[in-house]
Amino acid sequence: MGVVLTDPFGWIGQTLLELLTRLGLQVGAANLVINLLGAVVLGTICMTLGALITWVERKVVARFQDRLGPNRVGPFGLLQPIADGIKLLTKETVTPTGADTIVYNIAPVVMVMSVIGLWAVIPLAPRLIGSDINVGVLYIVSVGGIGTLSIMMAGWASNNKYALLGAFRTVAQLVSYEVPMVLALLIPTLLAGSMGMATIVEQQANVPYIVLAPIAALIFFISSMAEAGKAPFDLLEAESEIVAGYNIEYGGLKFGMFYVGEFLHGFTIAALTAVLFLGGWQGPLAESYPLLGLIYFLAKTSVVYFGVMWVRFSFPRLRIDQLNTFNWKFLTPLSLAVIVVTAVADKWAVQAGLSRVGVLLGANALLVLAIVWLIGAYARSARRRLERTGDKQAAGAHA
Amino acid sequence: MSALQWVFLLIAATTLVAAIMVVVGPNLVHAAMWLILALAGVAVFFVLLDAGFLAVVQVAVYIGAIAILIIFAIMLTRHLTADTEPQVTRSWWLAALASMVLFGGLLTMLTQIPTLTVGAPPLPGNPENNVRDLGQALVSLDQYVLPFETASVLLLAALIGSIVIALPPKAARADEAES
Amino acid sequence: MIPLSWYLVFAAALFCIGLYGALARRNSVAIIMGIELMLNAVNINLVAFWRYLSPAFIAGQAFAIIVFAVAASEAAVGLALIISIYRRRSTVVAEDIDMLRW
Repeated sequence: MGVVLTDPFGWIGQTLLELLTRLGLQVGAANLVINLLGAVVLGTICMTLGALITWVERKVVARFQDRLGPNRVGPFGLLQPIADGIKLLTKETVTPTGADTIVYNIAPVVMVMSVIGLWAVIPLAPRLIGSDINVGVLYIVSVGGIGTLSIMMAGWASNNKYALLGAFRTVAQLVSYEVPMVLALLIPTLLAGSMGMATIVEQQANVPYIVLAPIAALIFFISSMAEAGKAPFDLLEAESEIVAGYNIEYGGLKFGMFYVGEFLHGFTIAALTAVLFLGGWQGPLAESYPLLGLIYFLAKTSVVYFGVMWVRFSFPRLRIDQLNTFNWKFLTPLSLAVIVVTAVADKWAVQAGLSRVGVLLGANALLVLAIVWLIGAYARSARRRLERTGDKQAAGAHA
Repeated sequence: MSALQWVFLLIAATTLVAAIMVVVGPNLVHAAMWLILALAGVAVFFVLLDAGFLAVVQVAVYIGAIAILIIFAIMLTRHLTADTEPQVTRSWWLAALASMVLFGGLLTMLTQIPTLTVGAPPLPGNPENNVRDLGQALVSLDQYVLPFETASVLLLAALIGSIVIALPPKAARADEAES
Repeated sequence: MIPLSWYLVFAAALFCIGLYGALARRNSVAIIMGIELMLNAVNINLVAFWRYLSPAFIAGQAFAIIVFAVAASEAAVGLALIISIYRRRSTVVAEDIDMLRW
């Protein structure tokens, strides 16, 4: 019983290995089977979690909007995702004429695949990680890029010019917001000295990185929300805008896959923020009782996901030119500045023997003051230009 | 034949078939999809060669950026009749002959050199430090900082150059500014 | 145990397929796709030689990274040029873009 509490996942692996070798498999083949089983279990949990997330989101949005949310189907409306699933399953899937059938059918699969693939490198508990590669952070970037590809495929294969236009704009937004996301991902790498996710979590044993690099955490949070296409960055798939964008021609379960994939992507970025900046499974007694580590991870992810939903239901949608301005004129220079400041401050703190927390917090605070002053100066110069010429466009107003 | 050899042959066959479909298919967008499959196959080869960092960079750079760029370019430069025109030049047989002769020559040469039939030596050093060694090699003064900085200047020039080249001509921009 | 010659033969095959694509296709974007295949074959060659003949000497991987950067910038500039040409000439067939002024 003791080993079940102190190392449950290792104990599960050991018992499975013994069972399989007793059934006659060699050790190598048994390990392969155990890995495959783990992958299947993780994928299934992710997909069922995706369905559960839709229920959570609908309940929370209802409370934000002062109403109740689904409460008819099952206790507290818990069977609502099942009802939604049955509805989507029984709809007729109409493939548009002239659509490229193979690409049209593969696109939602690739999108869901790119989201579930991210869970392979997220450390869920001490010594429980799908695949502990030492380039985990870069893996997140590359698998996120595959999601962009699926949207392009969906938009083109629908043989519909609004879908294609929506896909172009979505891909432009996703590719633009990858830049500050990758730059912000460099900060935990810098602070931990490694790109492996398990190492990053282990290095946060004393102090989570949100204390050492709050601006970077905020940049990563904002840009990965834009990557997931969640409000206020959801101009490109909102139904009142470009008629749902790239997934116009998708109905039934294929639309369901896009839908669940997007919600799961939102939850995944909450998990990534929790792992990279809040310390993942770190917490009191997590090292000795890994199940506690799993609980801490889920709790932190839920808190961050609540923040994602809060932002989603509080802000109005951004226009496409506001999106682009925000990214290229604010987020990207800011993330470059944060990298330089963090690297210099970290190195100097270690060399001068000062407290790392204090120096980095001070550097971040100075950077925030500098940004506020810069924005104020820009606003002052725009106002002066407006008074001088009366020309709103030249003064930078976004009418 | 060990399991690793079977994996190698399977991935090699997939990648080569995908590459042939890229250069032979009449529909350009399908060719781009096959190109993505071929690039993914090359990424798997990087993993087999113990270069995990390069595999991830291959997926991020080639599939996540260059393939999307190619698909954009195909879609922005299509004609309605493009797929029914001949897709190969009139002397395509000459190109096929040249590449087959080249491949035959390389094949005979490569299978006859004895040093090339070696198996892989064990990796020296700790494979965990691979990324760190690569990073230090790219920025340390007595290693490869000069090609690294030159490549960054090249990327900057390509960035500015492609934006300038792809801007709409001045008349269209003046119209947009007025409206 | 995979001998080095297997990787080199595969890279040679990929290179020759890309060469055929670059030489025989009419559409400029298809030519660029052939060039990308050739660059990938070169990268496989570099990394295979690094792994088998000198794994202690990190130059192979560093060189492969420089090839990535060069391939990305060449694809970007080439495709920008093709889009610009398409705006003027309404064609991207390489054979038809043969006069500098008309």
